[in-house]
Amino acid sequence: MSKQDNVPKNPASWLLGKLATSLERIGAESLYYLEQAGRMGIFLFACLLNAIRPPYKLFPIVRQIHFIGYRSIFVILFTGTFTGMVLALQGYYTLRKFGSEGLLGSAVALSLLRELGPVIAALMVVGRAGSAICAEIGIMRNSEQIDALECMAIDPYKYLMAPKFIAGIVSMPILTFVFDVAGIMGGYVVGVSMLGVPGGTYFQEMYRSVVWADVEMGLVKSLVFGLLIIWISAAKGYFLHLERSGGFGAEGVSRTTTSAVVLASVAILVWDYLISAILL
Amino acid sequence: MSYNETMSFAEGLMVNSPQKNIAIELIDVDRSFGNQQVLKKINLVVEEGTTTVIVGASGQGKSVMLKHMLGLLKPDNGQVLVYGQDLAQLRKAQLKEVRKDYGVLFQNVALFDSMNIFDNVALPLRERTEASETEIRANVEEKLALMDLDGVNEKYPAQLSGGMKKRVGLARALVMNPRIVFFDEPTTGLDVSKSNEIYRLFHRTQKRLQYTAVIVSHDVPKIFKLADRVALISDGIIEGSMSPEEFQLSDNPTICAFVRETMGPIYCSADEEKFIHETV
Repeated sequence: MSKQDNVPKNPASWLLGKLATSLERIGAESLYYLEQAGRMGIFLFACLLNAIRPPYKLFPIVRQIHFIGYRSIFVILFTGTFTGMVLALQGYYTLRKFGSEGLLGSAVALSLLRELGPVIAALMVVGRAGSAICAEIGIMRNSEQIDALECMAIDPYKYLMAPKFIAGIVSMPILTFVFDVAGIMGGYVVGVSMLGVPGGTYFQEMYRSVVWADVEMGLVKSLVFGLLIIWISAAKGYFLHLERSGGFGAEGVSRTTTSAVVLASVAILVWDYLISAILL
Repeated sequence: MSYNETMSFAEGLMVNSPQKNIAIELIDVDRSFGNQQVLKKINLVVEEGTTTVIVGASGQGKSVMLKHMLGLLKPDNGQVLVYGQDLAQLRKAQLKEVRKDYGVLFQNVALFDSMNIFDNVALPLRERTEASETEIRANVEEKLALMDLDGVNEKYPAQLSGGMKKRVGLARALVMNPRIVFFDEPTTGLDVSKSNEIYRLFHRTQKRLQYTAVIVSHDVPKIFKLADRVALISDGIIEGSMSPEEFQLSDNPTICAFVRETMGPIYCSADEEKFIHETV
């Protein structure tokens, strides 16, 4: 092909054509994301409405609390302990520079209660329960089980989603509390037993500096994160068949689960900043 | 039920009473996915208590049409009336009421793979009625016995053969004694004897429960033996809805071509021949 062939005959119309194509693409993308946002919003509304509307069936809720909450306790204890330990280790060497090793308990507790406890616990739950929820709902969607529920006049929002939402909102603050306690005890082991900070000082400083607002911030964050995890994971699975990249088969479920975990993790970090900015 | 009883029942169904109520009516239904028009001005009437079989090659719109009757898809234009109610105009709660009259046997059965067989069949009773566990157990066991399924209560769907799964699916579809039962390719993936078994169970249950049946199938010509009306869907268009005898003698070129292609030389085992002759 000669160089002359690449030169448009009418540069103005060529430029307009390119511009129109770009605008069309931007418009299509905007519409797609707007549609997704609308769908997710309606999904959240329907789930919350069904969660508060009777009849309430206790057993499915307890089963979901067992899955999301109880079965996450080990990983929460483990990560909480090591987070507290590393906080104490790093905090001790930083505070020692200012001769304030006695404030170690306060530093560990405040970091955990306000920030690290809710965030890391939520990220752990995303990895353990969020991914499983997305995959479970996605497989149910692919194998027509959700269609079957609808055809049996059983509302999937009430039957499948509502217990998960309630369990997520109930479990997350409890898991965060477990994470915080494990972290404080991990910090105690490193700070007091290994680095020689007096045990009484560790807890006394913690007691003196921690106020209700710190606990409240952690509680609000954990409630919001619990909602976010279940919302994003369940919705991604529920709308698997509408995924632009194709939600069919095992690969579709795997791809959607990955995207749900990434999206939920990003949402947790964004909302962590927003809640901190609002409550501080 | 003996073959003779089945035969007389099938003959009874062949008599086309003009007084029959209309259970389902599709009026000028159009449906497109993107640029592809899958249903084109579909018109179909399903009379109460009859068996309507929808045949056609793969990808012609059979399952899409079925999903419109189930209310899982809405038409772009036209109406889907179930006992006079336009599904597209119904609110979610009203659609749920209509679906209480439905039973569906999905192509892939769509059993809940995390539940055992008993719980699968009991699900509609537990979710939609106030029946006690004793009543539920009696009802489920009656339906499983009707399907010749013994000793499978505690098994999971993955532990059953394809034919047994279909029978469990049929038991679940019938457990609420629906007025209309939809069958999406009920014998796909089954060998000849298992297919005959499903047809025999279909006769038995329809005689007992008197439901209206809509069957989407490509098991031609055997499926004709069950039908009161046969409709051919080809390229999104219904090419007539008529009795099996009229269908086979039709001078419609599309129907002629379909009959020629699917009903050329038929190779049947002696048992199949017996089944076909005795059920007509």
